[in-house]
Amino acid sequence: MFSTDLGAITPMLCVTLAALGTMGYEAFRKPGEKMPVGVFGVIGLIGAGFGTAFLWNRNTESLGVIVADNFALFITMTLVVVGILTIMFSSQALNGDHFPKGEYYTLLLFSIVGMMMMASANDLLVVFIALEVLSLAVYVLTGIRRDNPKGTEAAFKYFLLGAFSSAFFLYGIAFTYGITGSTRLTAVGSYLSAQALAGNPLVLIALGLLLVGFAFKISAVPFHMWTPDAYEGAPAIVTGFMSTGVKAAAFAAFARVFLSSFEPFKGDWAPIVAALAALTMILGTVVGVAQSNLKRMLAYSSIAHGGYLLVGLVAANQVGKAAILFYLLGYSVTNLAAFGVIALLGARDREADELRDFTGLWNSHPALAALMTVSLLSLGGLPPTVGFIGKWYIFSAAVSAGYYWLAIIGVLTSVVSVFFYLRVVVMMYMAERTTAPVPTKVTAVGMGALVLSIVAIFYLGILPAPVMNYAAESIATIF
Amino acid sequence: MPLLTLLWAVPLAGAILLLLIPGGGDEPARPADDHELRASRGPRDGLFRWLALAISLVVFALTLLLWARFDSGSADFQFIERASWIPAFGIDYYVGVDGISLLLIVLTGFLTPVALLSSWAGVTRKIKEFSIFVLALEAAMIGVFVSLDLFLFYVFWDAMLIPMYFLIGIWGYDQRIYAALKFMLYTMAGSVLMLVAILGLAYLHSEATGSYTFDLLKLYTLQIAPETQRWFFLAFTLAFAIKVPIFPFHTWLPDAHVQAPTAGSVILAGVLLKMGTYGLVRFAFPLFPQAAAEFAPWLAMLAVVGIIYGALVAMVQPDMKKLVAYSSVSHLGFVVLGICAMNVTAVQGAVYQMLAHGVSTGGLFFVVGMLSDRRHTRLISEFGGLKGVVPRLTAAFLIITLASIGMPGLNGFIGEFLILIGAFQWDPRYVVVAGLGVILSSVYLLWMMQRVYYGKVTKVENAHMPDVTAREWAGLAPLCVMALLMGILPALFMRPMEPAVRRMVDRVQAVSPQRVETRVQTDVQH
Repeated sequence: MFSTDLGAITPMLCVTLAALGTMGYEAFRKPGEKMPVGVFGVIGLIGAGFGTAFLWNRNTESLGVIVADNFALFITMTLVVVGILTIMFSSQALNGDHFPKGEYYTLLLFSIVGMMMMASANDLLVVFIALEVLSLAVYVLTGIRRDNPKGTEAAFKYFLLGAFSSAFFLYGIAFTYGITGSTRLTAVGSYLSAQALAGNPLVLIALGLLLVGFAFKISAVPFHMWTPDAYEGAPAIVTGFMSTGVKAAAFAAFARVFLSSFEPFKGDWAPIVAALAALTMILGTVVGVAQSNLKRMLAYSSIAHGGYLLVGLVAANQVGKAAILFYLLGYSVTNLAAFGVIALLGARDREADELRDFTGLWNSHPALAALMTVSLLSLGGLPPTVGFIGKWYIFSAAVSAGYYWLAIIGVLTSVVSVFFYLRVVVMMYMAERTTAPVPTKVTAVGMGALVLSIVAIFYLGILPAPVMNYAAESIATIF
Repeated sequence: MPLLTLLWAVPLAGAILLLLIPGGGDEPARPADDHELRASRGPRDGLFRWLALAISLVVFALTLLLWARFDSGSADFQFIERASWIPAFGIDYYVGVDGISLLLIVLTGFLTPVALLSSWAGVTRKIKEFSIFVLALEAAMIGVFVSLDLFLFYVFWDAMLIPMYFLIGIWGYDQRIYAALKFMLYTMAGSVLMLVAILGLAYLHSEATGSYTFDLLKLYTLQIAPETQRWFFLAFTLAFAIKVPIFPFHTWLPDAHVQAPTAGSVILAGVLLKMGTYGLVRFAFPLFPQAAAEFAPWLAMLAVVGIIYGALVAMVQPDMKKLVAYSSVSHLGFVVLGICAMNVTAVQGAVYQMLAHGVSTGGLFFVVGMLSDRRHTRLISEFGGLKGVVPRLTAAFLIITLASIGMPGLNGFIGEFLILIGAFQWDPRYVVVAGLGVILSSVYLLWMMQRVYYGKVTKVENAHMPDVTAREWAGLAPLCVMALLMGILPALFMRPMEPAVRRMVDRVQAVSPQRVETRVQTDVQH
């Protein structure tokens, strides 16, 4: 039953090779020798990007458990973008923070492999393995500043709660296997739709456990408790990476499992997910208003964005599924840009993550202030940025599926969220600085990453049609 | 020549051009009392000011060209440009103008250079950024007026908030941050519900015909169930009511107006508020005629309350800018009343009043801004007896004030008169109360005039004050001339709008049987 075709794992293979390369490089480098480790990662990711483009529309399958359908490939491409931007933004932070460079890049790349695998897995157990691969790497990345107590605390908290949620997830898989006799998603799906199992408590338990597992990873309320602490404690760029990459991968698997295998039980899970979406949007924005630490604020904002994505999942029509993909891409680029600015502003000994660090940024770093403004406005969903198109896409899915109330909660919470995004803008543009600004010289690579993301934000916000078509094609092949 | 695209692309390109020119920017902050009447400080500030002014004048010339080429006899949309934008959702880049939007576009083109001139002295910091935001704002405003695709419209509608937010927040007065935030959140809260309704409309269209569309003209023909109409009408109307603002959604307006720099106030009062009434005429009423007929009496009641309330509150304001801000609430109540009456006379009056209010209230903010530049205060009690000190300014102030009051021969009269006639045919009760507003407006404005310009000079600081400078004349003279012109030659402005207004009124009335009676009356009259 195993097909020997390895085509579908090409992207993962490229990134894995790059990760091994950085690991070897780090092991054999002379002490004090400077080297551009990040370039390895970028090369690997570009290779993965080409692989993805090549596999598009081919619908290949490897080893029976990894499928490279367009859905997986769209997410893979998003992850490639996330990875490249993260590496470019890291260049600055790594110089400043005395990070262990080799380990950093290796872990980063391995977690990307895990994410890609999670998006392409066709088997619940493989989803689980992928989840563990990416989670373990990210736990370590969270605490990579070993001398920083906050980072260590965050990593520990994240690890404990993550392990807890993995157990839920695994238990859900066990139940699913017990009912259907398989962990293969297609087999589970066909068994569930063939047998009249409506109202079967075992199925509902399995469904609930899997839901909890996913909800942890996408930090849906009330499973979001770890998010603000982990996001605040981790280095800014790692937070940016976690809040985009992990979310993209988890959502991909979430959508695949719930919209294909558990589609017959949509009547059971849709109301619960709808409630989760509403709670997540409301709590994310309302609590976000009260934050004075920028990373914490963006953590709550990313919780809220998870809520918007859940709306797409609830709507679950063709529009909604494509909207999730488009939104993930747009959100990833935007959020990375925002965290990128924080990372670029960070000084050697401390990060610029308090609101007051941004006071008068307009005068000291006009370009950074402008780029931060664009990404914040995009997060707030104002045109002509990708944030607006993404929200519009999600809400039009909700409206056409009849979920007017979710759309209304969504638009109202995005108004509230604009309030806290604008607080940063107020600090940058309208408040006068009383202390000396953080002296930072922004590297060309970091600035390049920022410019790239801003171009993407505007491009996807003004001419979204081509990428929307790709998103629509992605979901046409499955579901 | 894609004239309509040029109209919004030229100011936008101008803004980008200014952005790319290095310079400006990094001046250190100066104390708040440093708003002197003097030449600008930055090395290239002069360049930025003049370049922005030149670009806005080019745009004005383009709007005049548009008017010259416009076929006044036709009710159709003209200068139509259409290109596919997001085909999966039937979203097009679709623009066109009819007689209603034409003149509002010309008004925008007219007021933007005036606004730039009005802040020549008042805005002394970050000239480059200031000019960029004003031009970007102009682009978005024109975009709103030319859009015939609801998606495109919403993009411009929301994008417009960003430059205005910065204009108030950076160059405003003491409470600017609060005012800017309030402006932004208030207007956004209204418009996001409209977004849901827009999505709902597109979805209904796809249910009925199988394809999504945001094409306004196609959506006009869509049959919508009465219950749905009610919800959608309320969502649209809330967005527009906040923008107008209709009582009781007006609370953001005094803050925004008072704190905004003069240019911001001129544009806010002159054009931005008209977006709300324009939205009612273009979208809310024709898209949901049955619901509109149902809610019109209620809306008209709010409008009348706003007329009286705005006037009464304006009367007791110690701050001139606040007084003018509340006078806007009152004057725009007339516009809303005219729209609710929904006959040709009243709607024509409403559109005319939009233009007239743009000129006269823009003018009022301009002259108040001049006083504020000279004395750094806007309190009426700080002035007195200025007539002998600045006779020319007094004359200009008087013309603008009389125009705003609605004295026959000036622009305010025509619009209000037509609205009252039209509304009388609909329901005389509203007119009785609204008529009081006309009287009250002369009370509060003339009283302000009297306290500021007549009597003795009570403060030493007022004894010597520069009169109108050449730069100020450049902004003020066109306003005064326009106020006169619109009062003497109303036909010039009425002719292009009439066919479009008539068609719009017919469209709304065709589906609301209870209005047939009024319709017959108006038809007899014309």
